[in-house]
Amino acid sequence: MMLLRAYLPILILLALLAAIPLVVTSNTALNFVVFVLIITLAAQGWNLLGGVGGQFSFGHAAFFGTGAYVSAILQYSYGVNAWAALGAGILSGAALGWIIGFLSFRAGLRGSYFALVTLAFAEVLRILANALPITGGAAGMLLKLNIGFGNLQFTSRGAFLWLALGFVAAGLLISRAIADSRFGAQLVAVRENEDAARALGVDVLAVKLKAITVSGALTAAAGCLYLQYFLYLDATIAYGVWISVEVLLAAMVGGRGLVLGPLVGAFTLHGVGDLTKQVAGGIPGIDLAVYGAVLILVVAFAPGGVLGLIHRLLSGLTRPRPAKEAQ
Amino acid sequence: MYSFPILLEATLNGLLTGAVYALVALGLTLVYGVLHIINFAHGAFLTGAMFAVWAAFTFLGVDPYLAIPVLTLAFFALGYATQRFVIGPASHGDDGNILLVTLGLSIVIENGLLAVFRPDTRTIATNYAFDVVEAGPILISQARLFGFAGALVVAALLWLLLARTDTGKAIRAVAKEKLGASLVGIDVRHIYAVTFGLGCATLAVAACLLMPIFYVNPRVGQSFVLVAFTIVVLGGMGSIPGALVGGLFIGVVESLTGLFLGDSLGQIGIFIIFILVLLFRPSGLFGARA
Amino acid sequence: MLEVKDITMRFGGLVAVGGASISVPQGSIVGLIGPNGAGKTTLFTVIAGFQKPTAGKVCFEGEDITAQPAHVRARLGIARTFQIVQPFAGLNVRENIAVGAYLRHARRADAYALADAVGHRLGLGADLDKPASSLTVAGRKRLELARALATAPKLLLLDEVLAGLNPSEIRDIIPVIHAIRDEGVTILMIEHVMQAVMNLCAHVHVLAQGQMIAQGTPQAVCADPQVIEAYLGKGAAARIQAQGAAHA
Repeated sequence: MMLLRAYLPILILLALLAAIPLVVTSNTALNFVVFVLIITLAAQGWNLLGGVGGQFSFGHAAFFGTGAYVSAILQYSYGVNAWAALGAGILSGAALGWIIGFLSFRAGLRGSYFALVTLAFAEVLRILANALPITGGAAGMLLKLNIGFGNLQFTSRGAFLWLALGFVAAGLLISRAIADSRFGAQLVAVRENEDAARALGVDVLAVKLKAITVSGALTAAAGCLYLQYFLYLDATIAYGVWISVEVLLAAMVGGRGLVLGPLVGAFTLHGVGDLTKQVAGGIPGIDLAVYGAVLILVVAFAPGGVLGLIHRLLSGLTRPRPAKEAQ
Repeated sequence: MYSFPILLEATLNGLLTGAVYALVALGLTLVYGVLHIINFAHGAFLTGAMFAVWAAFTFLGVDPYLAIPVLTLAFFALGYATQRFVIGPASHGDDGNILLVTLGLSIVIENGLLAVFRPDTRTIATNYAFDVVEAGPILISQARLFGFAGALVVAALLWLLLARTDTGKAIRAVAKEKLGASLVGIDVRHIYAVTFGLGCATLAVAACLLMPIFYVNPRVGQSFVLVAFTIVVLGGMGSIPGALVGGLFIGVVESLTGLFLGDSLGQIGIFIIFILVLLFRPSGLFGARA
Repeated sequence: MLEVKDITMRFGGLVAVGGASISVPQGSIVGLIGPNGAGKTTLFTVIAGFQKPTAGKVCFEGEDITAQPAHVRARLGIARTFQIVQPFAGLNVRENIAVGAYLRHARRADAYALADAVGHRLGLGADLDKPASSLTVAGRKRLELARALATAPKLLLLDEVLAGLNPSEIRDIIPVIHAIRDEGVTILMIEHVMQAVMNLCAHVHVLAQGQMIAQGTPQAVCADPQVIEAYLGKGAAARIQAQGAAHA
């Protein structure tokens, strides 16, 4: 029963999303959903490390871009099959996660320092991708249009939506399983109080490394999907600050550390953003300005994000804030 | 290999650029030293200040150098209010939250400016923009020399303020021990806001000194702020002399890597230094080991 | 069971602990007392592996563990509580204890069952679903103890678990500590509440200004002139003796 209760909301949401291509035919709407699903997947990666583990990364673009570029280069320059390239992209994200984690967590970087160092890693990769010949430099890389299941390219947007949804579903199940596991409990303990966790036998470094490795893999997978959908990549897309901010926002707005947080957050955010764009017409940047404001409002008034608000409404009580406040 | 005059010129140019970097870093390091937070909105505030200088020149015909006093006061007030009424209340005293709130602020400011001013790059055309000073074989831009001098003056003023005034003493007290400071009657929230205001005020000065030689667009702050983070980390978080020396050093590094690796890779040297310092000596090259 | 040999801990020029040794036999409750700032907590952090000592050795069950990090020592069976309680504030009481229980139980159901059992045992049964941040001081001390116990330790390091409690709360918790020992857990405790030390400890070490100045039964130690001077200042022992003689 416990199991069913934990997984039921996930299954319902997935079923609803899976039904979208059956009822919606508008390309704009399908594009919107696919894009938001890709962001969701990337944000699930961020959420594991930043939301559950409390290690705020400001440079998740490093994983998104590396996944995308590794997959693109393998397909473009070496003729590797798209699925194999996807696998390699995910693995490269995991490996990069482990490396960045090993370097920065071993050096004891936390809080602002960790945020800064991740940002710097992403920037170094962006500059390199923009300058090196193997990534196509500033011109970027254009994958050849070659529709077919084996090439991970689909004529129908609905089919790609299901593919992306499959990945998001896997992300949800992984997040759920972690939340209920020893690793998940230890990761939360590390977020709440590293010294206390250590005293209870938690190997803090190992737990953080595991988190950033899985986190890097998930976000890299999103990068690969982005590539397969748009078939184009350049340094500003792959390693740009935008994606680092998007994933952080989605996880925070949905409800940091919660399994459904990234999904709910990404849809809320982009829903609000698109609405603003429609209302405000063609003013550039207005949707992003709203995102920033939403982030501040969430931190100030709804630390549990949208899901926290829903929970508060449903239970009719004001739950105490999850932040350490009563100390 | 490059000839000596070319290397010398690159080094000198690096020093001049570095002084402006240092100026941007001063505010950041001051805020870090007192509030112990990294202000991610620092770059966005700089962009805002640069647009203010541009607007004052374009619409009111005010010379950038003459705009310094008014803009400095205005940005002090803006910074004070931001800390007092937005960052402070919104973050509930949690460091992670402060990080997120300043990130949110930077997104709002940057895109707000984008919405108002559009993505175009703008410059101001002063009649002294191309004046140069001859120093032996090398020509030095006069405006960049002003920038260099301005950075030194601001650093000296900040240092005097911290060392000699009562407000400065209160700021140092809060930086060291905020609970103790509040027990002896210092209004910590006020001091936080004053510090944040000072940080923004230095940005106004930086913007005034920059605009005659640089351009502005809504994203311009980003390129400065990452460099400024590097300088702050390099110079030791919270150290004013460290920011000054770090700024000059980074300016030279950027200029020389640009010379050897080409412009597109010019900044990579900075980030690699940044990562190495963070990983191996997070208290900075000039700071005491924490 | 625990042998602490000539531990020295320097911070810059300050010698917090200078050549301190303690021996804790299996199955005992040993007390570590001393005036404020004597270096007791520093010695604890060294024993638990949170700081590397400048010199000296820590041996546990005959093995030198000086080089082992804190989490490895916890696995070996050393659990500590913190003088300033460190709850996982965002979690509820059950989840807090479960983090400890997970050390020896990989499955969630097992860990939570143990957490419930330990919680009930320490009188936290009614609070299991409450956020840890909502507990009273006494509740937090119990939680600190519960988490440590959930790791199934062989040696428990208690750092002032009674400080900040009122007399009736202290009276309630003393039998709990006795019971823990009776189950075979060896205990080393820092304590200021002398009534509790007298009641619980068979053997007491006294640390003053980083030096071990006395050890023995609580009664003997309290009568030791060096100990009295450490607490009350130089000459105090002689004064008290003189007063005692005058009264006699």
